[in-house]
Amino acid sequence: MMKIASFVRPLLLCSCLAISCQPATPSEELVIWAAGREGELLSRLLPEFEVSHPNVHVHAQQVPWLSAHEKLLTAAVAHRGPDLAQLGNTWIPEFATIDALEPLDDELSASTSVVPDDYFPGSWESNEFEGRSYGVPWYVDTRLLFFRRDLLSRAGFERPPRTWAEWLEMLRALQEQGRSHSGRPASPAALFLRLDEPELLLALGLQQAPLLRDGDRYGNFRSVEFRGALDYYLSLAQVALLDAEASSQIANLWDEFARGAFVFFISGPWQLGELARRLPPEREDSWDTAQLPGRDGPGASLALGASLVIFKGSQHKRAAWQLIEYLSRPDVQRRFHELSGDLPPRRSSWEGSELASERGAAAFRAQLEQLRRIPAVPEWSRISSAITVIEERAARGALAASAAAEELDRRTDRILEKRRWILERRSMLEQRSGPSHSRAVGALP
Amino acid sequence: MSSTRAGWWFVTPALLAIALFFLLPVLGGFGLSLTDFDIYTLADVHHLRFVGLRNYARLLDTPLFWRALANTAFFVVAGVPASIATSLASALLLHSRLARWSKVFRTALFAPVVTTLVAVAVIWMCLLHTRYGMINYALSLVGVPRIDWLGDPHWAMPAIALFAVWKNFGYNMVIFLAALQAIPGDLYEAARIDGATPAQQLRFVTLPSLAPTLLLVSLLTVAGYFQLFAEPYVMTQGGPLQSTTSVLYLMYEDGFQAWNLGSATAVAFVLFFLLLLLTRLQVALARRWSAA
Repeated sequence: MMKIASFVRPLLLCSCLAISCQPATPSEELVIWAAGREGELLSRLLPEFEVSHPNVHVHAQQVPWLSAHEKLLTAAVAHRGPDLAQLGNTWIPEFATIDALEPLDDELSASTSVVPDDYFPGSWESNEFEGRSYGVPWYVDTRLLFFRRDLLSRAGFERPPRTWAEWLEMLRALQEQGRSHSGRPASPAALFLRLDEPELLLALGLQQAPLLRDGDRYGNFRSVEFRGALDYYLSLAQVALLDAEASSQIANLWDEFARGAFVFFISGPWQLGELARRLPPEREDSWDTAQLPGRDGPGASLALGASLVIFKGSQHKRAAWQLIEYLSRPDVQRRFHELSGDLPPRRSSWEGSELASERGAAAFRAQLEQLRRIPAVPEWSRISSAITVIEERAARGALAASAAAEELDRRTDRILEKRRWILERRSMLEQRSGPSHSRAVGALP
Repeated sequence: MSSTRAGWWFVTPALLAIALFFLLPVLGGFGLSLTDFDIYTLADVHHLRFVGLRNYARLLDTPLFWRALANTAFFVVAGVPASIATSLASALLLHSRLARWSKVFRTALFAPVVTTLVAVAVIWMCLLHTRYGMINYALSLVGVPRIDWLGDPHWAMPAIALFAVWKNFGYNMVIFLAALQAIPGDLYEAARIDGATPAQQLRFVTLPSLAPTLLLVSLLTVAGYFQLFAEPYVMTQGGPLQSTTSVLYLMYEDGFQAWNLGSATAVAFVLFFLLLLLTRLQVALARRWSAA
């Protein structure tokens, strides 16, 4: 079988060439790596692109989310990366540092369809590193409040909280009521908070001040601003922990939310689809979303999400850019939203679509105008895991707030030690040879 | 004299291969552990610095390292005796003259060793499933409440140890079986004539004859169990709450997710020295035991 096949194939190929069935233009094979569900759904958008670009064939490779970072990084180090990829926007500084990504500034200034001003600013900025753009946002992700409108109004609050003080007041009132009804199993907890996820603390902190200081050389966690956010976060955690017994037994968030086990929780856009799908019909209208509260009014949240990037080693950069332009078209983004539920990063993709009127989407639309990016240093993932550990210990009372802030700075400064050395060395080299030889160093103060 | 030289000539190819493929990489790795090779170094080699023993000092100052060491120690302490006991028991059963179908059982019990770890790990994840798993179902028949095996920080490591014992005991079983078959039958005959019960035969004939094998098996098993990696990688990714992060998993995370190859190789060398120490300790204990 095998033998015949391998014998016949060259023959077929020869005859094929002889009858001249080769395409008019040389065909290009474009490889794109995309993670998880997006990777699966991407292939449904590709046929249309291939029709309008007959000489380009796109091969979409699906990578599991859990190992996407490691696979992409290893491929980049080995110079065996794909032509383009879906990259978590917080990874961009890391990949740009090892020179794996193609800067897209030239393409962007020439492009008529990818318009930076049309993108939500925080999301767009998250693709910049040291003064250059390395990616185009594909979809945005952020965190905000999900709450049970009916339970909140039963407690006497007709609208969701807008400020820190309002939110805490509501939580305490809810808790007070829960306690007076104690013994009734249905009395809801005020807030379900996952202490092993640092996103809420990061968002609250970023509302106040940058998380790193002096050109991202040191942690800024002992600053008055961050301490304010930390103290507030710890008081939220206290509320959540009073009902810890309830929240540690939460096996299925949606079931418990529908049952009324808690009023508030913090999550991201994927919950819109999950809640629409999983909540029983009688609870359909009972929930809503709200922008993250700020100190004096709706506050900023994190600019998360994924971007499309071109790898430096790609031989097909023009075709890769064409694919990015295609995937960034508002109509294609709307279709992608229908398939995946992911939120489009462009304002024009939201306009004139039913997206904004979907249940819970309005608060996201408002939140997207107020996004802050995570610090643009390649060490961020390590800093973030240090924050997770310390934040959880502080929330559980094993560490006082001041000690936690100190420990955060200590660990962050240690992780950033190499960065400080490199920046120092770079500025020394610049002084010696003049700034003209150096790379664009936007991060330098 | 010339025969000595001839001997050296014969081992030269092997020594060369060892030097090239073992000694050189190990030395290189040790050199790497004295540097701060990281993602910045990948961008520009000039960003490599010699840091002496700082990686080691920092490692000892990292809470997660001690956590990983404790997790690994738990896995070894729980897994190795269980594994050796299971191997020995199954080898004794297979070796028994009363055993029927012993070849079939030998093959069946050895089968987990030769199956792909990832494939059986996925099957075990189904078995261990909190709600639909067969293990919880079986336990519920005797009234044990549901256990969240891989999701509860207290149960995740025991679950992984259970899986590892099942996966590996067949290998030691075959070694034990071979050793059992090598015990001369007349020893048992003499013991029987002296009136020894089967339990006494096991205690005074079988176990002493197996002593060298037991030492070998325990050395190999301890060394193997200390290198716990694939099971948590597939089943729990080091979680929940870092309860299944082993030393090797820590090294992998540091090395291949953050690309801190300098500190990752330091982890590898710390593990190596730990194993070296433990092995020497085991050998010393075995000597004293056999001398006594």
